[in-house]
Amino acid sequence: MHGSPNHNPVSTIATEPAIIRGSLIALALTFLTLFLFVPLVAVFYEALRKGVAVYTAAITDPYALDAIRLTLLSTAFAVPLNMLFGIAAAWAIAKFEFYGKSVLITLIDLPFAVSPVIAGLIYVLLFGAQGWLGPWLTEHDIKIIFAVPGIVLATVFVTVPFIARELIPLMQAQGIEEEEAALVLGASGWLTFWRITLPNIKWGLLYGVVLCTARAMGEFGAVSVVSGHIRGLTNTLPLHVEILYNEYQFAAAFACASLLTLLALVMLALKTLIERQTARQRQIPASEETP
Amino acid sequence: MTLRFRQPGVLPGFGLTLGFTLGYLGLLVLIPLAIAFLRVFQLSWDEFWQIVTAPRVVASYRLTFGAAFLAALVNSGFGLIVAWVLARYRFPGKRLVDALVDLPFALPTAVAGITLTMLYSGNGWIGQYLKSLGIKVAFTPLGVIVALVFISLPFVVRTVQPVLEDLEAEVEEAAASLGANRWQTFRRIIFPAIRPALLTGFTLAFARAIGEYGSVIFIAGNLPMVSEITPLLIVSKLEQYDYSGATAVAVVMLVISFVLLLLINLLQRWSRTRQV
Repeated sequence: MHGSPNHNPVSTIATEPAIIRGSLIALALTFLTLFLFVPLVAVFYEALRKGVAVYTAAITDPYALDAIRLTLLSTAFAVPLNMLFGIAAAWAIAKFEFYGKSVLITLIDLPFAVSPVIAGLIYVLLFGAQGWLGPWLTEHDIKIIFAVPGIVLATVFVTVPFIARELIPLMQAQGIEEEEAALVLGASGWLTFWRITLPNIKWGLLYGVVLCTARAMGEFGAVSVVSGHIRGLTNTLPLHVEILYNEYQFAAAFACASLLTLLALVMLALKTLIERQTARQRQIPASEETP
Repeated sequence: MTLRFRQPGVLPGFGLTLGFTLGYLGLLVLIPLAIAFLRVFQLSWDEFWQIVTAPRVVASYRLTFGAAFLAALVNSGFGLIVAWVLARYRFPGKRLVDALVDLPFALPTAVAGITLTMLYSGNGWIGQYLKSLGIKVAFTPLGVIVALVFISLPFVVRTVQPVLEDLEAEVEEAAASLGANRWQTFRRIIFPAIRPALLTGFTLAFARAIGEYGSVIFIAGNLPMVSEITPLLIVSKLEQYDYSGATAVAVVMLVISFVLLLLINLLQRWSRTRQV
C-alpha cells in the first residue's frame, strides 16, 4: 500500500529543470489519457448515446437482471470463502514457524499465474461430462459444468489469493506479542482472535475484500469456459455484455458495461479511502513518539 | 531424535488453520491442476509434441508471448514515467490520477475489450486518426498489444512508485554536490535502486498479459495464424470437444507460468535484499 504524501521536499539541486518536469508530466498524462481516461469516458458515452430509455431498457431486461443476480451470487460465495481462507492462511503463516512456509506462500499465488481460461478448463476436466467425476455426477444427476456451481467454483478459484496476500505480510509485521499477552492473561484462543487480532487486521482485511470483490464481479475467461452461455441461467453480467456485443446490440452492451464500470469505480474509491486511512494510522504513532 | 515440524509457542490454532489452508488449496487449486497434468500423460510423447508444435499453435505462442513482451516493455517505459511523476512532482488532479491508475485491475476485462475495440476501430475516436496515418489497430496483432498494455498498465507503476517515494533525498543531493549532473545522478544512483522493482513490475505485467483472454478476444479479430492468442486456441479446442488438445496446450502455458512465478519470487527476494 502506498499513497502517503511526499513529505520530503526534494531540494533544488536534486530535481530537474522545469521544462523536463513539465514534459514528463505531459508525457505521463497523455499516455494515461489515451489508455485509461478516454476508455473510461467512452463506456458511459456509448451507453447513453441512444438515450436514457434505451439505457434503462437494457439494464432492466429480464436476462440482464438474471445476469446481475448470478454475478452477485457468485461474488457472495467467492468473497466470504476466500476471506475465511485468507484469515486461516495468514494465521498459520504469520504466527508460526514451520518448514515449507515459502512453498506454501508460492502455492497461494498460483491462481494469479494461471490463465483464467485454464482455470475454467481444469474444472471441465474434473467435473465435465467427459471429466474424471463426470460419469459419477451424471449418475447422481448433479450438474456442475454449464451450471451455477461451476460458475461459483471458477470465480472462487481466480480470487483465492486476494485476501490472503493482503493479510500475510500485515500479520507478519504485527508479530505475536499482543496475542501472547492476551493468552497469558487467560483469554481463550477465540476471544484473543476476536478482540486482538481482528481489530488489528481490519483495514487490511477490508482492502483484500475490496480487491476480491472487484475481481469476482468482473471475471470473464474462467467463467466463460464453464458457463455454456445459457441465457437466464448461467450468464453472468460480463458474459451478458459479450453476448449483446456479438449481437451488435452495442448500446445495450455498453449500458451493462457501464454498470460494471460504476462498480469498478466504487471499488477504486473504497480502495483509495482505505489506503488513506491506513496511511494516517501509520503516521499517528510515529508523531506520538517524538516529544 | 525428535524432529520438530514447527517451533513451540503458546498460540493456539496452528493445526486448524494450516489444515484448512492446505485442504482448501488442495481441493480447489492443486488437485484440479494435477488432473490437467495427468490427462496429458495419457497422450504419448509424439502425440503431445505434435499437438503443441502444430503451426497454428506455434503461431499463437508467437503472438501471445510477443505481444505480452511488447506490452510489458511499453508499460515499463511509460510506467516508470508515470511512477516518477506521481512520486516526485505536484500537479492539479494528481490524487485522482493516482487513484485511477488501478482502474485496469478493477474494470472487468470484457468491458475493457469492447471499449478499446470501439475506440480503436476504423471509425472510432482514436482509430479514425490512426487510420488517416495508415495504421490499423483493431482486428490486427497491434490491437492485441493495445489491449494487453491496458490490462497490465498498473503493475510497473505500482512496483516502482513506492521505491521512488522511499529513496533518500540526501543521496541525490550528495551526488549533485559532488558535481554529478541530473542525468548522471539518475543513471548512477536512482536507476540502480529502482531496477529490481522495475524488473519485478515487468515480469508481473508479462505474466498477467500472456494469460489474458477477456479483453483480447474482442479487439484481436481472432484470425487463425494471424491474430489468435493461445488462451483462445484452448477455448476453441474445448468447444470442438478436443479435450486432450486443449489440455496439452494448456499444460505448456502452465509450465511457462510456473517458471515466471518462480522468477517473480526470486526477483522480489532480490529487491528486498537491495532495499535493506
